[in-house]
Amino acid sequence: MVSLSDELIEKFDQKDEVVLGKLLKEVENQTELGFELLKHKAFQKGKAHIVGITGPPGSGKSTLVGKICKSLAQKGLKIGVVCIDPTSPFTKGALLGDRVRMQELAKYPNIFIKSLATRGNLGGLAGSTADVVQVLDAFDKDIILLETVGVGQAEFDVLDISDTVVLVNVPGLGDSLQTLKAGIMEIADLYVINQSDRPGADESVKDLRMMVNESKKEDWKPPILKTIATQQEGVEELIDQIHRHKSFLRNSGQWAKIRQNRHMKRLRGVTNSYITEIVENTMRNDPLIQKRIEEVKRGEIDPFTVSNEIIRHLFQKQLTL
Amino acid sequence: MQIKVVMAKLGLDIHWRGALVVSRMLRDEGMEVVYLGNQFPEQIVDAAIQEGADVIGLSTLGGNHLTLGPKVVEIMKAKGMDSLVIMGGVIPEDDFPLLKEAGIAEIFGPETRIEEMANFIRARVKTEIA
Repeated sequence: MVSLSDELIEKFDQKDEVVLGKLLKEVENQTELGFELLKHKAFQKGKAHIVGITGPPGSGKSTLVGKICKSLAQKGLKIGVVCIDPTSPFTKGALLGDRVRMQELAKYPNIFIKSLATRGNLGGLAGSTADVVQVLDAFDKDIILLETVGVGQAEFDVLDISDTVVLVNVPGLGDSLQTLKAGIMEIADLYVINQSDRPGADESVKDLRMMVNESKKEDWKPPILKTIATQQEGVEELIDQIHRHKSFLRNSGQWAKIRQNRHMKRLRGVTNSYITEIVENTMRNDPLIQKRIEEVKRGEIDPFTVSNEIIRHLFQKQLTL
Repeated sequence: MQIKVVMAKLGLDIHWRGALVVSRMLRDEGMEVVYLGNQFPEQIVDAAIQEGADVIGLSTLGGNHLTLGPKVVEIMKAKGMDSLVIMGGVIPEDDFPLLKEAGIAEIFGPETRIEEMANFIRARVKTEIA
């Protein structure tokens, strides 16, 4: 196996994109080398503005991301893009099609696009997303656009990773009651009604405005914007608002707070997955536990009792890895 | 580990249906396929670098296989990348030797069975990783 040599680190620091691509692949596949890199670069981050773009399938997230990137690239910013598409629950395969909507970006330097498949993760992102974003951040990107899978009502992982959440909706997805439901409608810092040349756009804006005006968010009232991404309409206004939200985060002290929360959630996530791995290993390999599992399968004993036994058994073994 | 494929229509050739059908079939074979749409060699290689592609799939029915196909391999090697490059579409068999000499690993014509392509990819990617 390749190890994290000084040469690799040096090339990474010199902004070698081939090395970045290779290392991101390791991070994506959660290999030892990937973890080494994450440890090594853990404190070389926190500068990039991370903007999460979420919304239902087909609402125009990728097209909008493409247009935002084009404009930011023309202004000379260094941009990272992470786009997520779903993995098949049957074959584990995936068709990642977000790049098709960003074809014109190929001619700009300083844009690095990484597509990730969800690989069974449910919250709208891939399991490795936070890590991939961290590496792009350490690679000195100014802004990282994070595009979720097409979401429904309850995919919130994007909140944990982003500084600014943009919810992209389209006209005609239900009446005002839909905007009042808990969940996805509450999480945005910016609302976008894309494809706003379609009928019902003004009603959608009105419904959103009512929801925003009645919300308890006092310090930041999320703006509501209309865009037609395919024609670049409203994109500059959206970029202005994204910048304005960044200033707000900086000035209000929330920028630092978001990062603290993110680090804590990451600690919790990593710890949980370690524990899960230990538990899975024990359940697979320990003959005593195996016997009890068979009894649970046959319905001779309840899962609560055996679960307790597994935990006690692990603590006796002092959770040795 | 999941095999990652970057699939592109080569140059300006607009016959995209085949590339999408093959992308979908490789998806069903358990691979992660990043579909680029139309791109030129330089951009295809850049995408492969960013995506960490094990395989670059090039589809062409427009007669540009001899010019643009080898170009992909050439640019890729110059940049220090080592993906497996395969081609598909309508390509005369007489041109196969030239393409293979240029570093295209295999050419799959219209009646290829998907298992054949998937097995080829799996075998080659596996040995190259090991």
